[in-house]
Amino acid sequence: MRHQPGFNRRGFLGGVGGALTLGVLPARAADSLLLTIGLPQGTLDTVTMEALPGKRPLIKLTGRPPNYETPASYFANPVTPNDAFFVRYHLAGIPNRIDPQSWKLEVGGEGSATPFSLSLNDLQNNFEQVEIPAVCQCSGNRRGLSEPHVPGVQWGLGAMGNAVWRGPRLKDILAKAGLAKETVEIVFDGEDGPPLTVTPDFVKSIPVAKALDENTIVATRMNGEPLPHFNGAPARLILPGWTATYWMKHLSSVRAVNKPFDGFWMRGAYRIPNGMFPVVQRFLSQETDVNTPITEIVVNSVIAAPAEGQRFQMGQQITVQGVAWDAGYGIVRVEVSTDGGTSWQDATLGPDSGRFAFRPWTHRFTASARGPLRILARASNRIGQTQVDKLIFNAAGYHNNVVRPTTVVIA
Amino acid sequence: MRAVFVLFAVALLAGAAAAAESPVVLKDAQGRATVENFCSGCHSLDYIRINAPFMNRQTWTAEVNKMIQAFGAPISQPDAAAIIDYLSANYGSPS
Repeated sequence: MRHQPGFNRRGFLGGVGGALTLGVLPARAADSLLLTIGLPQGTLDTVTMEALPGKRPLIKLTGRPPNYETPASYFANPVTPNDAFFVRYHLAGIPNRIDPQSWKLEVGGEGSATPFSLSLNDLQNNFEQVEIPAVCQCSGNRRGLSEPHVPGVQWGLGAMGNAVWRGPRLKDILAKAGLAKETVEIVFDGEDGPPLTVTPDFVKSIPVAKALDENTIVATRMNGEPLPHFNGAPARLILPGWTATYWMKHLSSVRAVNKPFDGFWMRGAYRIPNGMFPVVQRFLSQETDVNTPITEIVVNSVIAAPAEGQRFQMGQQITVQGVAWDAGYGIVRVEVSTDGGTSWQDATLGPDSGRFAFRPWTHRFTASARGPLRILARASNRIGQTQVDKLIFNAAGYHNNVVRPTTVVIA
Repeated sequence: MRAVFVLFAVALLAGAAAAAESPVVLKDAQGRATVENFCSGCHSLDYIRINAPFMNRQTWTAEVNKMIQAFGAPISQPDAAAIIDYLSANYGSPS
């Protein structure tokens, strides 16, 4: 966090009154899709459909800081619209607006020979621009579906989205900084911060190898437009294949460091027990005897349609559709069961727009018996990983890729 | 919803990205004012409502302690005890 005069760090306490109120709808009245089976009762009783400025109405879990998820119906399409993209903040000190003209990205740190700063114009014009479609998924997506439930933001299915990100490669920026060979991690901070100065600012680090990966970029555009404010304008880090905790929004500084960064959000949060999940890319400089930072996204899929509880007539053709994704190894198969998991058929995979992107899939069938019918989807990737049948429980509710049913009714 | 979008457009043109905070109503019981005073200093109170009723005295105690120890919330021991009592009784399950 950089301290600039004029920031209203408590922006959510003031502001425009009436506009938001009109955007409020009880979630259950708005769309039955919004209610994900398995969320805590307190969550179901509290969430509403509300629109942040510049956004469509999304599922509001918390107001300050704002945590809003994307309704699952949006995942019928592989690209998530900017104004429907989920919003996630830890700390409520969020600038109301960041002036793209005066904003600067500071690049430096002890492992950097020549510290410098970059304007948005520098980022967009003085470096090669690359575009990469990639899934941005909160580490805690589906936390609300953990059994037993665990404390935290009770996300359902929609703390994720897929967008085409555009900007310079981080490695090209770091080349200009002249990294020392002792550099072990790159540390990122954003313009947002805590409401109390004693609260640890949200600062994250990544291994230097991941920082130099050709797919790691500093995005200034998303789906062909500037980033929405609540998705990190004017620039955010894009770390394809890794969970969104590292995708620093409102990026303000990039620092090369010679020893592992020991801030709270690295040492005290976003950790998984060693060996619990099948990850290939580890974060060794941060690993302890018992736990390790969360890194890669696990293979997963979501059913976007039909909706939970949707009714169909006997003999009517039903189209099951959704997306599948993983850490970038590539989705090779999505299987669908339309009988509660007894038998499975291969779904038809849609266009492959990149190994870090959502892969769309569809499956059509005709119901042959009346009553409730459980539909399941199960994705597998190129390195043989498949969604799990039973939750791998962990206290933070991370990496929930359990095969889960959508139940429809055949009348 | 069209009217809503128009209003948002006007708000954006005015350069205001701030959103009004909808009031979050907590259960009326002993300790509620203490909870509202301290917890809402840093975050909206819907954080409490959504984390229910699966929490219990033990997990609410851990959560309040995390706010004090990790995040630096300036809450005295007696106030913390009152907050834990309120949360356990109103937003928890018997442990």
